[in-house]
Amino acid sequence: MKMPEPDRDIIARRLEIAAALRAIVPGEGVIVEENELRPYESDGLTAYRQLPMIVVLPETTQQVSEVLRYCHENGVKVVPRGAGTSLSGGALPLEDGILLGMAKFNRILDVDFDNRCAVVQPGVTNLAISTAVSDDDFYYAPDPSSQIACTIGGNIAENSGGVHCLKYGLTTNNVLGLELVLIDGEVIRIGGPHLDAEGYDLLGVLTGSEGLLGVVTEVTVRLLRKPETARAVLVGFPTSEDAGACVAGVIGAGIIPGGMEMMDRPAIHAAEDFVHAGYPLDVEALLIVELDGPETEVDYLIGRVEEIAKANKAVTVRVSQDEDERTRFWAGRKAAFPAVGRISPDYYCMDGTIPRGKLPIVLTRMNELSRKYGLRVANVFHAGDGNLHPLILYDANEPGELEKAEDFGSDILRLCVEVGGVLTGEHGVGVEKRDLMPAMFSEDDLKQQQRVKCAFDPDNLLNPGKVFPTLHRCAELGRMHIHGGQLPFPDIPRF
Amino acid sequence: MAEHFKPETPDQVKDAMAWAIAEEIPLEVIGGGSKRSLGRPSNAETVLELSALKGITLYEAEELVLSAGPGTLLSEIEATLAESRQQLAFEPPDYGPLLGGPAQAGTLGGMIACNLSGPRRIQAGAARDHFLGFGAVSGRGEAFKSGGRVVKNVTGYDLSKLLCGSWGTLGAMTDLTVKVLPVAEKTWTVLVLGLDLETAGQAMTAALKSPYEVSGAASLPEKLAAMSKTSYVAEAAGGVTAIRIEGPGPSVEYRVAALRKQLSAFGETEELHSHNSREFWRELRDVLPFAAADDRRCVWKISVAPTAGPTLAGRLTESLGGDAFLDWGGGLVWLAVDAPRDGAADTVRGAVDAVGGHATLIRAPEPVRAAVPVFHPSAAGVAALSKRVKENFDPRGLLNPGRMYAEF
Repeated sequence: MKMPEPDRDIIARRLEIAAALRAIVPGEGVIVEENELRPYESDGLTAYRQLPMIVVLPETTQQVSEVLRYCHENGVKVVPRGAGTSLSGGALPLEDGILLGMAKFNRILDVDFDNRCAVVQPGVTNLAISTAVSDDDFYYAPDPSSQIACTIGGNIAENSGGVHCLKYGLTTNNVLGLELVLIDGEVIRIGGPHLDAEGYDLLGVLTGSEGLLGVVTEVTVRLLRKPETARAVLVGFPTSEDAGACVAGVIGAGIIPGGMEMMDRPAIHAAEDFVHAGYPLDVEALLIVELDGPETEVDYLIGRVEEIAKANKAVTVRVSQDEDERTRFWAGRKAAFPAVGRISPDYYCMDGTIPRGKLPIVLTRMNELSRKYGLRVANVFHAGDGNLHPLILYDANEPGELEKAEDFGSDILRLCVEVGGVLTGEHGVGVEKRDLMPAMFSEDDLKQQQRVKCAFDPDNLLNPGKVFPTLHRCAELGRMHIHGGQLPFPDIPRF
Repeated sequence: MAEHFKPETPDQVKDAMAWAIAEEIPLEVIGGGSKRSLGRPSNAETVLELSALKGITLYEAEELVLSAGPGTLLSEIEATLAESRQQLAFEPPDYGPLLGGPAQAGTLGGMIACNLSGPRRIQAGAARDHFLGFGAVSGRGEAFKSGGRVVKNVTGYDLSKLLCGSWGTLGAMTDLTVKVLPVAEKTWTVLVLGLDLETAGQAMTAALKSPYEVSGAASLPEKLAAMSKTSYVAEAAGGVTAIRIEGPGPSVEYRVAALRKQLSAFGETEELHSHNSREFWRELRDVLPFAAADDRRCVWKISVAPTAGPTLAGRLTESLGGDAFLDWGGGLVWLAVDAPRDGAADTVRGAVDAVGGHATLIRAPEPVRAAVPVFHPSAAGVAALSKRVKENFDPRGLLNPGRMYAEF
């Protein structure tokens, strides 16, 4: 993966830059020692590593503002980082850039149950928000599987999802407001406890912008009341087509489950061997369908899901009888990644989304690719919303296998786009899928996206080298090529 | 005479834009034109009408997705969805009658471009939350797209969010894809009768904090309730506070009973069943209390924190006269004031700024909408950033110039 050519002049000024940053963030908030930089060299995509030039750990919005203003004035690149759990290399450092760690922004500032929102700092973990309001029977809905570690600031950057997003939405649907520092140090506020900020939906475009547009210093999130109860149904099918048909049947019947997850045979076996969740081992596909809400509603819908499952050739149907059993059903799914990690020295997790009806063809083609590359693949799948997580099994110690796994992964993602889907459902583009962007977007599509960046960061200092395969200067992107003018176009109807 | 283009293909939209760029002629971009009297009056004389780009091109009920041209009538989309018992869950309002025009004239493109959402906004999200992807022509004359047809997608910037609510100032959309959702089996409403504004606010907050999954929470004063076509509401002889409950039959029955029990602490309760509920919430959605033929007052749509709404509504009606009702659990104040000169903008905005939020002048005579900011002015930093965004989509300022803000 080629990153932007490092600026040798900046690297040569490293100690001078560190001294200037120390004047802004005193004490241990500026790190230059190699052994202390080491923990920051990678994020959740560990195949890529790069020591940052300097790590800065600010504690106040004022410090963030001054650091960014300094970097802007001195042409220093900035990579923001939350907990470093990105699976797409979103927080991969730059040799000539500072890494701006937001971990010290770890306070919950306000909880307002009457307005059903909370104001938190970006370094608060996703789970900590739900934990803080749990005693009052509220929670924050998006629940990425890294929720114990990932921060809400990182969730904003990646527009993180989770297993409940078909019913409750992604991060973008659950955030009400932001405080943001722009690259020139300006602090702006968007939204708040009220709905629908005035003017352009800047909040919407910032969510999922992968740290390329600004640095978030405060977040207002929507809180939801916990459902009265939740129960899960475990359904096994002889083929993945049958499982897919069942998912379509459930949604076609007007039921939007709280969660609906699918696993294929290799994933079922790996998970069962690991956590003994009680999964049937004689099926090709397993569905976990969770219904939540008032008990009356859950009972009623469980009954309907059972009927639909049986009508779609389900061979096992088990309804959780108590909270323990429901947790056990989920334990296997939640441990699917580490479970696969046990049966292979390494695995590579993909994240495409497809129109759900294309699942059988995608699985068939994926098996063909698996044979072609000689690498096994296990599939877990957010079945309700079409988000696939193929796990490619490989051994990094075997020369060439990592490259083979990456090529296999790229082929899977191209296949997702080919059937009408997208490259990434919730993990982000980062560095990982950057060079695949042209499979989905035209040159003009990508240039228009980059022009949005120009409105926020005209010198391209924030997280450069991520998301976009080609870096264009804003002056070049701004140029207009005027052709035509030879109207009247005779074929456009007019009055 | 100014030109009026009505392209039939995306390529023709591109051609028209290329011509406008070469000739430096600004365009008023419209769908069917049903919301032309909403927003700041356009500075452009030449019209780019997208109503001929119409028709549903993809609808897969089991995938919860629908694509259509911007000129497709919303009524056509809703009728098609209804055949599969689905809907646009954000409950798009029809402001036709409110704005003095016909009902059911709105298009998909217009509704997304204005990011309009109804009472279910508090539960299901806004139009922007259901807008998955689009193709458009920018003010640079380039066709570009963003998003897709799947609900879970983080590939590249989410430009759908930017285009939604941009009032045609960033691009002329040529196709749109939205998420659709099932219609609930049952829609019932709990009414709490005779509450003043403050108590109504408390009752709505209690309902929204309950586990009963409220999909609408509104409150009408006696005078406006009396205008309802729903007899239970019209004859209540007092303020009417309404809590909507939707879902599978047995669940709705249980939740309505539980909620009535809880809310009886605030006042006498009543319930509306599906037919009456649908009628009543449609009246609120379309702001019919202010849509009488002889009602020409200025109408404000004010978004604040839900707990701030009742006090704000009380203060503004006290100082300005006029009427107000609450939706979105108190977070949305609809205000009608007799202020033909300036819509009482300074008073309204001053009161809103004091609690945080924004106020949009939804209905006012054209000179008022030209003189008074229709959209709530943003803080300087946000306004400057928005201007830079606009310039990066439309450097010559040719797409709906002046439609949102006088400056761009």
